[in-house]
Amino acid sequence: MSGPADFIFYAAAAMTVGAAILVAILPNILYAAVALLFSFAGVAGLYVLLSADFLAATQVLVYVGGILVLILFAVFLSNRIADVKISNPGRFRLPAGVICLVLFGVLSYTAVSTPFAVKKPVYLPTTADIGELLMTRYLLPFEVASVLLLAALIGAALLSRPDRGAPEGGEMEEGKR
Amino acid sequence: MTLDKLLVVAAALFCCGLYTVMTRRNAVAVLMGVELILNATNINFVAFSFFLSRVMGGQIFAVFVIVLAAAEAAVALAIFLRMFATTGTVEVDVADQLKG
Repeated sequence: MSGPADFIFYAAAAMTVGAAILVAILPNILYAAVALLFSFAGVAGLYVLLSADFLAATQVLVYVGGILVLILFAVFLSNRIADVKISNPGRFRLPAGVICLVLFGVLSYTAVSTPFAVKKPVYLPTTADIGELLMTRYLLPFEVASVLLLAALIGAALLSRPDRGAPEGGEMEEGKR
Repeated sequence: MTLDKLLVVAAALFCCGLYTVMTRRNAVAVLMGVELILNATNINFVAFSFFLSRVMGGQIFAVFVIVLAAAEAAVALAIFLRMFATTGTVEVDVADQLKG
């Protein structure tokens, strides 16, 4: 793999990491949420380069389309936009930055210096294989995940209901995921 | 594109998420950091499964991680909205009623 694929890889990696750094340092939480969108999109691009087409589509649908909308929803509902600006300066900036830089150095050194037995990569469509494996070998985790999603749906709907005594149907938007 | 470059990208993403979790005071921003960390682990799973093995296990695991992240985000944001209705803020320092 060389040429345009390498260029696309560097572009996707730069978008992912640059947007993630913006998420970490931007004081305005709304700008941070928009930067998170670009980071998720860059990760989807990396999935495409890694021959994971189903995961790339799932990333766009679930993260960009679902989780990010939920996060924006919570930002708008949980801040008094009218009277304060939506910014919060962090705390422990210096020790956290030192810890993260040291951790990044250690992880990068480990990743670069370890001799991995890399095989020659193959590019194949993966959706049919994933579906077949989910219905055969990974059937039990699949069913457990469905029960978990049902529990999360009921729990989120119950938690975000305004009052326990008033069974209204209008506050169920939180449980759609 | 090689395996170690992808691992470095995932490490950078993980460290950004960790910095976000450690420094932010707003609970929604902390949740954003958690999502960044989950994305970094997903990149690692898919990269190892692409370069080191021919089976689909890594991608299946990444699918389950995405499912867990979606459920976690929905429940966590519902808790944050309930906390905002109760205390009037979503700062994580305020939620210390259970402290002994």
